[in-house]
Amino acid sequence: MLQVNRRPESLCDVKMHYCPGCGHGIAHRLVAESMDELGVRERTIGVAPVGCAVFADDYFNCDMIQGPHGRGPAIATGLKRCKPDCIVFSYQGDGDLASIGMAETIHSAGRGENITVIFINNAIYGMTGGQMAPTTLVGQKATTCPQGRDPLVNGYPMRICELLSQLDGTRYLERVSIHSAAHVIKAKRAVKKAFRCQIEGRGFSLVEILSTCPTNMGISPLDAVKFVSDQMVPQYPLGVFKDFEGGKSDVSRD
Amino acid sequence: MGDKLLMKGNDALSEGAVRAGCRFFAGYPITPQNEVPEYMSWRMPQAGGAFIQAESEVAAINMLYGACATGKRTMTSSSSPGISLKQEGISYCAGADLPIFFANVARGGPGLGNIAGAQGDYFQSVRGGGHGDYRTFVMAPGSVQEMGNFPLHCYEVAEKYRVPAMVLADGVLGQMMEPLEFTFPEVDPQKLREPDWALGASTGRKKRAVRSYALAEGKLEIMTLDRAQRYKQIEEREVMFETRQCDDADLVLVAYGTSARACAAAQKLARAEGLKVGLFRPITLWPFPKKALLELAGRVDSFLVVEMSLGQMIDDVKLAVECSVPVHLHARCAGAIPTGEDIFQQLQAVLKAGKGECICCK
Amino acid sequence: MYQGIRISGFGGQGIISSGILLAYAGMLDGKNVSFFPAYGAEMRGGTANCSVVVSSEEVTTPVVSQPDTVIIMNEPSLAKFEPLLKPGGLMIINSSLVNSRPKRSDIKVVLIPCNEVAAELKAPRIANMAALGCFCRHTGALSVEAVAKAMPKVFKRAKPEMLALNVAALRKGAEFN
Repeated sequence: MLQVNRRPESLCDVKMHYCPGCGHGIAHRLVAESMDELGVRERTIGVAPVGCAVFADDYFNCDMIQGPHGRGPAIATGLKRCKPDCIVFSYQGDGDLASIGMAETIHSAGRGENITVIFINNAIYGMTGGQMAPTTLVGQKATTCPQGRDPLVNGYPMRICELLSQLDGTRYLERVSIHSAAHVIKAKRAVKKAFRCQIEGRGFSLVEILSTCPTNMGISPLDAVKFVSDQMVPQYPLGVFKDFEGGKSDVSRD
Repeated sequence: MGDKLLMKGNDALSEGAVRAGCRFFAGYPITPQNEVPEYMSWRMPQAGGAFIQAESEVAAINMLYGACATGKRTMTSSSSPGISLKQEGISYCAGADLPIFFANVARGGPGLGNIAGAQGDYFQSVRGGGHGDYRTFVMAPGSVQEMGNFPLHCYEVAEKYRVPAMVLADGVLGQMMEPLEFTFPEVDPQKLREPDWALGASTGRKKRAVRSYALAEGKLEIMTLDRAQRYKQIEEREVMFETRQCDDADLVLVAYGTSARACAAAQKLARAEGLKVGLFRPITLWPFPKKALLELAGRVDSFLVVEMSLGQMIDDVKLAVECSVPVHLHARCAGAIPTGEDIFQQLQAVLKAGKGECICCK
Repeated sequence: MYQGIRISGFGGQGIISSGILLAYAGMLDGKNVSFFPAYGAEMRGGTANCSVVVSSEEVTTPVVSQPDTVIIMNEPSLAKFEPLLKPGGLMIINSSLVNSRPKRSDIKVVLIPCNEVAAELKAPRIANMAALGCFCRHTGALSVEAVAKAMPKVFKRAKPEMLALNVAALRKGAEFN
């Protein structure tokens, strides 16, 4: 029998709790496949966030630590400085990384910590029930901005890759999406490259993955995919913002 | 080793931690503990460890959370407002059974307060501090020598029971200089056994996870009760205190840290006058030396608790002596330091009053 | 023997280093010692004072609330420390900078023009050493030799000629009655 696909070794054989249409499952798989292909599973330590991915410490088949909301990059810093031979990644959502944990994000990037951050941007809070995220789009409804995000009241969505690209400490920054098979394949390349950036000792790497949350957007999984491609991508242009290999650093819009 | 050094308390604390095997330090500047990160910034790399000036106290404690999860001996330090910021992380460490070590070189509060030494963080230290049902092993040094010695003891207790441990000092102990000698053998971290929960390379073993959460029904209670067993053992085995001239005492002064030093001055004045005054100094604030105080309560007329806070430790003294004798209070606060003369004056009045009823039962 | 000392003056007058030097000298001399700086928030120009205890017995509190000796290096320090001095205590006044005189009659006062002593040695920054020399003579708590011996330990980066000047100022200070 020809097996065309199988569970990566870097994922545990457990049932995930994610909702139908949620992007976390795909993102987990991309991280796990990258670990497998780079052969680093047995020396990788992952940091699970607070948020829907809190249980990632049960899903990834490597040493894991779950810590306070937003502090992933600080925890990863402590791990990496004590275990420089290990590969350390922090997996974080938009509230975690760009709201409560913005200081830790920016400063770990500024220090050029040799860690990898996987940033899931789905423009909404998941686990707490659909509140406004720092990346919620203008006009987008959330349970704490029921009339839609009003810039006069709630300010503007934040572009993390652009922000971090100003810091000398960052070595690899790319924004990808998982709204189509082609984009998933591109996203995989980015995640793997981010890990490679760390393995080669180059410094801070972050991949921002535009993702879906149909449950909290109150739409179908298909409509959620459409929301990402039609509304999120224009606000959050895909592309490479920093590349340690000197690859195209201009933002490609597709 | 064995050389007498004239050292600042903060430097002694730092050097003591390094000699106890600490190889990771993260901290943030705040007076009056700045000498600690300054010292560690050169001493840590010299010892082959890592030092990070974190972007905040919050980041520092979370760096410790990650570093300690690798099984290394770690340290952070701060002063009162910064320790407040660290409480969330300390709670996570308690919940994840990580034996972190930290020090509070406390100052006057609340709020920004001032930068003088104070003991207003007693409740925060011994009653948990952060959220949730947990305890921290708390040692209160009374000299520069103890500032240097206590980190090692904190590591040993923290690792044995898998609880956070702290040194609660204050600005006076941090800033003062006294002679000290490091007499304990320097710990070689390479020779410490790697704990069976430490994160790192997982080759040849199952993956490990460090976490403080348990959402399945009933699971968190089981975890917490297991930890409570360890708390009980600590209370039974790890209590430390010092008594001076308590055997014949009518009145016993109870104080820790800098306050205890002032009490020693008052005791000297009292003894010179023939007054039978003892001094009881809790060294561990949690576990609190309840049993020893209760025993003492059977032999003395009264206690006088001396604090650089409005009356915090006195609650523990009262709970310990079970209202059997009066417990009086001499309190200075907000960075003021009690003097031997003032304490002497009050203890004369208390002695005059003699053995009366318990003050809180009256 | 117990000596509780307060040294007070402007920041930059060597108040803190004087205190550390006395404590170190006491330690080398086999005494029990402590040093405690009253630390302020400002980095420059404020008033500085410190407590030093040199004792043959155990040091209790490092914060000297009733000093046996006060060394007054500037004008504001006099008003602050005159009331604290023990009856019968010693007050050393830097008469180069302090014009006022104490009102108390139950204390011993020694006037010494510290800045002039230092200026004569062409080392204006070591006025504090003259005061310490004076302290040694009038208390007997420490000898000038003991303080001189501690100097290279405390001033680790000082050149030998600077240390020699310090010792000269100490000796000069010890001549004042």
